[in-house]
Amino acid sequence: MRLEPIPAPGPARRFGLPALALAATAALGSLLALIAGAEPFGVLGLIAKGAFGSKFALLETLNRATPLIFTGLAVAVAFRARLWNIGAEAQLYAGALMAVLIGAGTPAISGPFLLPFMALAAMLAGALLLLGPALLKTRLGVDEVVTTLLLNFIMLLFVSMLLEGPLKDPMGMGWPKSEALAREARLPRIVEGLRLHWGFGLALIAALLVWLLQSRTTLGFEMRAVGENSAAARYAGMPVERTIALTALLSGGLAALAGFSEVSGLKGNLTLDLSPGFGYAGVIVAMLALLHPLGVVLSALFVAGVFVGADSMSRAAGVPTYIADILLAAALLFMSLAILLTRFRVARD
Amino acid sequence: MSESEGGGEIVLALRGITKRFGPTLANERIDLTLRRGEAVALLGENGAGKTTLMNILFGQYAADEGTVEVFGRPLPPGRPRAALEAGIGMVHQHFTLAENLTVLENILLGAAPLAGLSLGRGAARARLAALSAEYGLKVEPDARVAALTVGERQRVEILKALWRDACILILDEPTAVLTPQEAEALFATLRRAAAKGLSLVFISHKLHEVMAVANRVVVLRRGRVAGAARVAETDARRLAAMMVGAEVERPVPAPRAPGEPLLSLDKVSTPPSGARPGLRRVSLDLRAGTITGLAGVSGNGQAALAALVAGAARPAEGRILLAGGREAGPGWSPRAALREGVGRVPEDRKREGVVADFTLAENAMLEEYRASPFSRFGWLSRRAARARAEALIAEHDIRCPGPEARIRLLSGGNMQKLILGRALAPGPRVILADQPARGLDVGAVAAIHAKLLAARDGGAAILLISEDLDEVMSLSDVIHVISEGRLSPPFARGEMSAAALGLRMAGEGFADAA
Repeated sequence: MRLEPIPAPGPARRFGLPALALAATAALGSLLALIAGAEPFGVLGLIAKGAFGSKFALLETLNRATPLIFTGLAVAVAFRARLWNIGAEAQLYAGALMAVLIGAGTPAISGPFLLPFMALAAMLAGALLLLGPALLKTRLGVDEVVTTLLLNFIMLLFVSMLLEGPLKDPMGMGWPKSEALAREARLPRIVEGLRLHWGFGLALIAALLVWLLQSRTTLGFEMRAVGENSAAARYAGMPVERTIALTALLSGGLAALAGFSEVSGLKGNLTLDLSPGFGYAGVIVAMLALLHPLGVVLSALFVAGVFVGADSMSRAAGVPTYIADILLAAALLFMSLAILLTRFRVARD
Repeated sequence: MSESEGGGEIVLALRGITKRFGPTLANERIDLTLRRGEAVALLGENGAGKTTLMNILFGQYAADEGTVEVFGRPLPPGRPRAALEAGIGMVHQHFTLAENLTVLENILLGAAPLAGLSLGRGAARARLAALSAEYGLKVEPDARVAALTVGERQRVEILKALWRDACILILDEPTAVLTPQEAEALFATLRRAAAKGLSLVFISHKLHEVMAVANRVVVLRRGRVAGAARVAETDARRLAAMMVGAEVERPVPAPRAPGEPLLSLDKVSTPPSGARPGLRRVSLDLRAGTITGLAGVSGNGQAALAALVAGAARPAEGRILLAGGREAGPGWSPRAALREGVGRVPEDRKREGVVADFTLAENAMLEEYRASPFSRFGWLSRRAARARAEALIAEHDIRCPGPEARIRLLSGGNMQKLILGRALAPGPRVILADQPARGLDVGAVAAIHAKLLAARDGGAAILLISEDLDEVMSLSDVIHVISEGRLSPPFARGEMSAAALGLRMAGEGFADAA
């Protein structure tokens, strides 16, 4: 057996195979539900209902999707330029840290500039955190997969140190958490009375801007060209190293916005469990979206929906929530396979 | 053809092989037989279908029609393993060695079961020593492949095939990457192998090699057998006529007085890269209205010279001078070259010329996207890109689904037309054409040559780098020969015969510290 490239795949392949991948994911989920002793199709229905079935569920899913859109965009932007940023988790915490440093207690600045300032500072921190690995890659050829991945642990331990030390809330009864953000440092809700903050709106705007940047600007053109064929980009006179550095700044900044938005929009303070792996899940989100910035929004909703829906399904049907992890992993694998098979066909000897 | 001629038993027979790639017919009803101890050369221009035929024989492609028989037994199509087991060994143009392993490990890799890697090392070493002595293939068994020269790597590839008891050895353009001395050594090995009863198929587009190695020549043209002859009964002229056919009329450029130098190299040197020599104090003038041809065996410094002209590299010593005698200086880069009006056609069009997954429109603006009308204040104009692509498609007769199609769908010739069209669009004063016609069909070659000649007549200074001596001789006003990083003095059109240039290409007649 071997793979033969398909020069121009037809619509049946391009849309049918991803649909088939989703169907296969659903089938696998049903099978697992059956093994767990529940009614197979009922479980999938419960997940969907738990994710999108009520106003409360929908808002919960949108809230959960917000950081995933940011980290998904961060990964999509970086991967598009072949900068393998696995460190969105660290950049997220860098952003969250800046939000708390500026906005907790009694902020030094107040009024309408506080929130933009927090957001920009967060982006800067995340951007600089990824700039290091990017420069190590372009200058010394150090593999950024390793450096960005390891930075996640360094950042988490650093935050842990701060939360046990200088940033520890004196009124926190010994828990490692920061002081709460000031009132004006909190992102307002989009509609008063509904539990959905402006972080979600910001995420949608970010997705739109990233899409415009990639498809309509010279910088985006350079980022895509460097990713697709850096030798040709260099030969055509593109500043390859500078493009990779700018990509790193943008990617790190986007991931940091996830941290800012979680702290300022949802949690109100910083703890070590701020992110249940949003940075890593960003890789899944970006891959499921085929690295398309607008697709990231949809795939973040899908991933968030599976997590939120599995929680409520678990309560109703007694199937463990781990099924959410399996479903996402299966979706990613099946989708990767589907994408491979849209571009290649299996030839038998 | 030569079925009736004497010799040993028939070891290999191809009958009626036909292979299509989309609308192109790469091979059409090809018959070929090979006898024990015989060396058959498969001769043809680039794109004649030689490599396709050998890939079918080796099982990498399945033929649409026709059969392959080895020792009288049909070979199942499309299975390289079956070909290996039947005793066919192939030495590819691009080697398939693991660079981080030693010579011995590379030879054992895939041949022995994995356990054998550690168990039978002593025996394996002895067998390798015997094989390399038998065929005169000197290699160091424990050297890492990464440290070997190209010629040595090729010896390892041949040994790999012999190790697997190949009785039929296919060599695809084996001399393309070799120096003349290495090529001579290879020929000696091949003659020795044939004398020991091995059967050889030798693919080449170089006449003198074919005459040196083969007993019999089969000429392919446009996917068909254009003729066959015994080497003893033919000569290079007749083979050349068979190869190109009567339909190829090489254009004869009208003589023109050379103009001012628009780009010059002044005693430039570059460091060697890997096994390839760097440039050694090379001086070269590219003059207005002149095509300067660079003849030479691939890997003698052409890439380094092309990189300098393209802005992709800076000289370690010496100067690059632009029009009016200005020095290019430390800011010399691809972008600076473009700004100075250097149009570039890179040697490897898929690697450096295009971004395969981009559309034609995007590729059309690849070198100019920062300038108006393709962008303003960092904002791209898709309309301008599409308009440029449409103009190129119309002007250069690029066959494609449209400006929004991905360029990977195009044939090499159409891709090359876009690259050349893109380079010509801003009206360059200097044009680098590095292997502009390599691998293209006859029609595309003629189109590319016509455009280059038109640019010359429009006053551009053109540097034509090609391995195809005929191409260099027919287009160039001035020819330099490059060998081991040294450049010969310029020869005017008609001043040198192909034979004399060939001697230069083999490294003769260079004053070493010139």
